[in-house]
Amino acid sequence: MSESNLMMHHYLAKYLRQERMPHIWCEGCGNGILLNCFLQAINELNVDLNKIVVVSGIGCIGRVSGYINVDSFHTTHGRAIAFATGVKLANPELEVVVISGDGDLFAIGGNHFIHAARRNVDIKVICANNFNYGMTGGQYGPTTPLDAWTTTTPYGNIEHPFNLAHLAAAAGAVYVARWTSLHVRRLKASIIKALQKEGFSFIEMISPCPEIFDRYNKMGTAVDVMKWFRLVSQVRHGCDPAKAEITENEILVGEFVDIEKPSYGRLLREMTSRVQDKLKREES
Amino acid sequence: MVDESRAVLTGTHFMSGDLACAEGALAAGCQFFGGYPITPATEISERMSRRLVEVGGVFVQMEDEIGSIAAVIGASYAGKKAMTATSGPGFSLMQENIGLAVMTETPLVIVNIMRGGPSTGQPTMPGQQDVMQARWGSHGDYEIIALAPSSVQEMFNLTIECFNLAETYRVPVILLADEIIGHMWERVKIPPAEEINVVSRKKPKTPTAEYQPFKPDKDLVPPMACFGEGYRFHATGLTHDEKGAPETVSAEVQTELVKRLADKIRKNAEKIVKAQRVMLEDADVAVIAYGIPSRAALSAVREARKKGIKAGLLRLVTIWPFPQELVSDVAKQVKAIVVPEMNYGQLVREVERAAKTTPVILLSKLGEEPHRPSEIIEAMRRAVK
Amino acid sequence: MVPRKLWRRPLDSEQIKLPKAEIHIIPDLCKGCDFCIEFCPRKALEESDKLNKRGVYPPKVADESKCTLCGFCTAICPDFAIFTTEKKEETSRNGR
Ligand SMILES: Cc1ncc(C[n+]2csc(CCOP(=O)(O)OP(=O)(O)O)c2C)c(N)n1
Ligand code: SF4
Ligand code: SF4
Ligand SMILES: [Mg+2]
Repeated sequence: MSESNLMMHHYLAKYLRQERMPHIWCEGCGNGILLNCFLQAINELNVDLNKIVVVSGIGCIGRVSGYINVDSFHTTHGRAIAFATGVKLANPELEVVVISGDGDLFAIGGNHFIHAARRNVDIKVICANNFNYGMTGGQYGPTTPLDAWTTTTPYGNIEHPFNLAHLAAAAGAVYVARWTSLHVRRLKASIIKALQKEGFSFIEMISPCPEIFDRYNKMGTAVDVMKWFRLVSQVRHGCDPAKAEITENEILVGEFVDIEKPSYGRLLREMTSRVQDKLKREES
Repeated sequence: MVDESRAVLTGTHFMSGDLACAEGALAAGCQFFGGYPITPATEISERMSRRLVEVGGVFVQMEDEIGSIAAVIGASYAGKKAMTATSGPGFSLMQENIGLAVMTETPLVIVNIMRGGPSTGQPTMPGQQDVMQARWGSHGDYEIIALAPSSVQEMFNLTIECFNLAETYRVPVILLADEIIGHMWERVKIPPAEEINVVSRKKPKTPTAEYQPFKPDKDLVPPMACFGEGYRFHATGLTHDEKGAPETVSAEVQTELVKRLADKIRKNAEKIVKAQRVMLEDADVAVIAYGIPSRAALSAVREARKKGIKAGLLRLVTIWPFPQELVSDVAKQVKAIVVPEMNYGQLVREVERAAKTTPVILLSKLGEEPHRPSEIIEAMRRAVK
Repeated sequence: MVPRKLWRRPLDSEQIKLPKAEIHIIPDLCKGCDFCIEFCPRKALEESDKLNKRGVYPPKVADESKCTLCGFCTAICPDFAIFTTEKKEETSRNGR
């Protein structure tokens, strides 16, 4: 069997825009693992591929929307969530998923993130957190750990990072989970869960960036980084996300938040029927 | 539930320009509004927040104008006619995503009720200072459509026209009004729904598997599939080929795409451009105006005729694409052109370019009452002396 | 030491068919991260000694019979360059 034929026999091949493979990501980059897990999840859920939309922002991970064989949109830097809000509200039948980076979602796009979570727009946001701006060559960003080396922190980072899970929970997300790219099964299970939940769900995947961040910070090969994930991550379902800071010695992972709350779309539809019923009563 | 029966408020009303704009949008089939409050456009949001619920559409007040336009692009791709309304500061925030809408050929309408700038400027005062920003505000080469209403009735009519143009050419269309038109109250006639010409984007006829989202027809406009219709396409702000695949280094793809995006407007300009010619047949001096100053210009021209000055008016309804031919035709005929603008000289540059050797006189107003007819007459008199 | 015949065994172990795995590797898709080799719980894979067309050493099968079809390599490969399937001609352990 020729190689391209063999690729066709991969059980996830039908979810990929194969003509655009291989993807742009570096060797050992976690973005490919996130793509893989996402495809596993939609395969397992057997979702209607005509009714799911993947939206991304700008960055290395931002290219992900172009690789998935569903309706997809690659927005401007930081605006994926705002775009997705428009899509979901305009057509509630669609399952809308945002996949983007730590810089895209939490620096330039941070305002959209907190407000979409607060409104409880029924979209799923998955973040590949690689602790830096990979696409532009490894500058520091809102999740870069204190003291870390990047191309714009040549003397070490003096900014405190966001704890994304805590931020999401505080802003009102109904589902918050964190995994590393080594936790492929759990990550897939979380994506499945989020897709089945109503409301704003957030999943963070801690991701290796072996080409840039990990190299500057002398973290070794991608395998070494994955082994570090294995060494320091501890599963703590239900743990208070405020306490789930990421440190060199500990990465708490798990499902931190899983609550019920009516989504914006549901409240909007309820309000609309109330208003329309009242108008009809007044007219008759 | 969408209830179109309430969308068109047929009858004669007394309303403000902002309200008429909202009603025009609804009459055009607008089902989504994303906005952020700003003087003097807030009344559009307020009206839409009430009326869109009645007709089963979606109103969402976003966290800022960047979010507003991004949501509007999303809603348009989800298949809804969508718009936002703002003023200078918000319009500035929208610029990057206006480029995204141009690049992804998203039909949508942006209303800019212009106030005094730069920066926060004079929020409650009129201005026409965003004319060049409307044309060139986002980075890169592109063409866009902008219309300038000069009455409350036109706020209604031209908002519908904006939607029709946006849907026809898959381009963001800007309604460039000013604070006076937005806040002025006048009589507005809203015709019965069946008498309103409403255009919707053309849909692909190819089988879903063969659909290429950016492959144009002869008119240079690609048919538009929307999310959820089974076409499973990709759209990106990156330079892309007809399939929508990013092409970040090919000069050929870049050239083809950028030229087509501009040419679909340039080559259709004759169909797009609208202007009103008043008493121009034998004129030897002309006023070229748009928006609020065109009202004083009309009185001035009528008044001047009584005083024996052969004056005429070219009122531009379309300002982008610029009605180049119409302006040069006028320039060939008259001795001078007077351009009253509520800025320090913006569209006058385009007029000068089209007028070639015919003298062009700018009447600039900043932060004050709009031009009085007498000032325009005086300028014409001096010009032909 | 407990005599071997008394060791606990699942009651149905005689009937259980242990599917045989087939490991498919698409060498030229591989970017050489080594995740599959490193994290295969059965150590069924090893680095190939042949460079692929990207200039990296892709995995090769070390011992296919070790593979339990756990799917981890398939799930963790960032490049979709490896997957496993059950061998068609299934054989049960007791030859039935
Ligand atoms: C408005 C704007 N500013 C800056 C950039 C440049 N830029 C592109 S990607 C990026 C950072 C992306 O970081 P992240 O979201 O973490 O994604 P990663 O590349 O790490 O996957 C920046 C700053 C841009 N494209 N647009
Ligand atoms: S730079 Fe980092 S994040 Fe970007 S593709 Fe390479 S490894 Fe991945
Ligand atoms: S399926 Fe599991 S056991 Fe088999 S090769 Fe892959 S990782 Fe190893
Ligand atoms: Mg990043």
